[in-house]
Amino acid sequence: MNTMLIVFLKEVKENLRDRRTMMSALLFSPLIGPLFLVMIMNVVITRELNKADQPLKVPVIGAEYAPNLISALKQQGFVPQPGIANPEKAVRDMDADVVLRIPKDFGDSWRKGQASQVEMIYDSSQRDTGSSVERLKGMLQLYTREQGAMRLVARGLSPTMMAPVSIDERDQSTPQSRSGQLFAILPYFIVLAIFIGGMYLSIDLTAGERERQSLEPLFANPVPRWQVLLGKLGAICVFSSTSLLICLLGFNVFGRLIPAEKLGMTMNFGPSFVLQVLVMMIPLVILFASLQTLVAAFAKSYREAQTYLSMLMLIPAVPSVMLSVLPVKVADWMYAVPLLGQQVGITQLLHGDSISGSQLATVIAVGLLVAFLVTLVTAQVYRSERLAISA
Amino acid sequence: MIEVKDLRKHFGAVKAVDGVSFKARDGEITGLLGPNGAGKTTTLRMLYTLMTPDQGQVLVDGIDVARDAKAVRRQLGVLPDARGLYKRLTARENIEYFARLQGMDKALIRTRRDKLIETLDMADIADRRAEGFSQGQRVKTAIARALIHDPKNVILDEPTNGLDVMATRSLRQFMHKLKEEGRCVLFSSHIMQEVAALCDRIVVIAHGRVVADETPDALRAQTGEANLEDAFVKIIGSEEGLAA
Repeated sequence: MNTMLIVFLKEVKENLRDRRTMMSALLFSPLIGPLFLVMIMNVVITRELNKADQPLKVPVIGAEYAPNLISALKQQGFVPQPGIANPEKAVRDMDADVVLRIPKDFGDSWRKGQASQVEMIYDSSQRDTGSSVERLKGMLQLYTREQGAMRLVARGLSPTMMAPVSIDERDQSTPQSRSGQLFAILPYFIVLAIFIGGMYLSIDLTAGERERQSLEPLFANPVPRWQVLLGKLGAICVFSSTSLLICLLGFNVFGRLIPAEKLGMTMNFGPSFVLQVLVMMIPLVILFASLQTLVAAFAKSYREAQTYLSMLMLIPAVPSVMLSVLPVKVADWMYAVPLLGQQVGITQLLHGDSISGSQLATVIAVGLLVAFLVTLVTAQVYRSERLAISA
Repeated sequence: MIEVKDLRKHFGAVKAVDGVSFKARDGEITGLLGPNGAGKTTTLRMLYTLMTPDQGQVLVDGIDVARDAKAVRRQLGVLPDARGLYKRLTARENIEYFARLQGMDKALIRTRRDKLIETLDMADIADRRAEGFSQGQRVKTAIARALIHDPKNVILDEPTNGLDVMATRSLRQFMHKLKEEGRCVLFSSHIMQEVAALCDRIVVIAHGRVVADETPDALRAQTGEANLEDAFVKIIGSEEGLAA
């Protein structure tokens, strides 16, 4: 039997018996992404829906100075709460999203036909308050427009005098594209499924094997080291791609649990999404297996390899973070950069756009080339005298 | 038959092996004796092709290690200083893995493996996972997997290290058996008693050089000491790193 196959079968068999590797490759790393997605989405959706439907409870200071205003707001779903002593502190401490303060001279200014002032006290660095603040502002502006129009009509003028330009917003985003923006982090989870899925194996098969002192007797057998390496890489790839597959199936299944349609979004984690992502990710599966093995070959111990690889794990996050923070226009060259290509490709699919055949070919060809080069370097390191020696 | 000619290897400024030559013949047990750090392990590592010598030649059954390392490895059964097993595999599976890597077919593996399990008296552990094996059980398994391909030459690096009295005894008997089968047995040790009890020929190494290459009797005669221990100390020039 061929050396590569012998090594491959033995590594797979041995690691199937390791509970930690199994848990990490088949349960923990692939499912963390889908679970995280479901959690976040449910929180977001539930919160948005609650805020829109629920009456808006806002503490009001000086409600007695503007009874008409308050009753007009009440008709829009506004529920005034008793005033509080220190509104600034209350919003900073997140005791209230927003506080409305009506000064004593509100009525005087109103009667004189001047602009009466109200104060909205809030803390915009509290992300949670955004929707309450916007809703209250909208209510106040509606009241202002109505009252302004009535004053103009009372003086015999047309209300359009006050609105020489009217704005009509025509948002070109589709529910799909909005959901894509929300999921910019999602490709990272898919990449992570591959990375963590193969990580324990990569460490174990090189740094671990050396630390347990079985690499030296292994190399005393009449087999070329590069064939041993390829067998090991094969085993790593099997575990990491299994992890990837479970991850994608997880997105497929959990994607249906997300009540995204309530936000007017559709999410497409269907078979064609799964298949295209799978194809794009194959080069990364090989690349990571080689890269992790390379790092593990340099590390002096299992622990050291673990430390290095945990740091390496952050690199795939870079394109994800970059693309979610900076709205970069997708260009063809991006497909020729490993990791970035996959990130962009998955993002496109999530937007509901399709990837052209040449873009797909670029992602795969460049990825495979880089994976091949890293494998060559790793094979070179595997040939070194120091590799097998544990002490 | 293993022939070593003027072997040299340095690590940085340290000359670990500095001109070692000796012969280990078939049907004999050759002992490589020397204090810790004398260069025994490095010498052996060059014999089983894990390291490349800076200079010198190693011939195993007439095959030059530098020419055809793979063929040499086929002629060798090696118990290295590092003798880690795969803990999640049983003893039998550990042996079988190496047998496959040696390119043996299934039927041959079965016969050789069962015979070694019997000879090494390890039937009770054969189907247990190596996790939790005692030192002696570990060495037995490592020896079985090293000899599965029936090699003509056997290299053992400090084979009795960490073994208790009973395990040491049975290992020595096993080495005698290998010798009677006509194999070339080469082993290293820093324990004088062991070398004296086992060897047909003793190669004493100190500071990377061979300082004596004789039969035990000749060694005693050469130094004028009736006691082998005194003879060794006289040859090496110090008692450091040797164990009685």
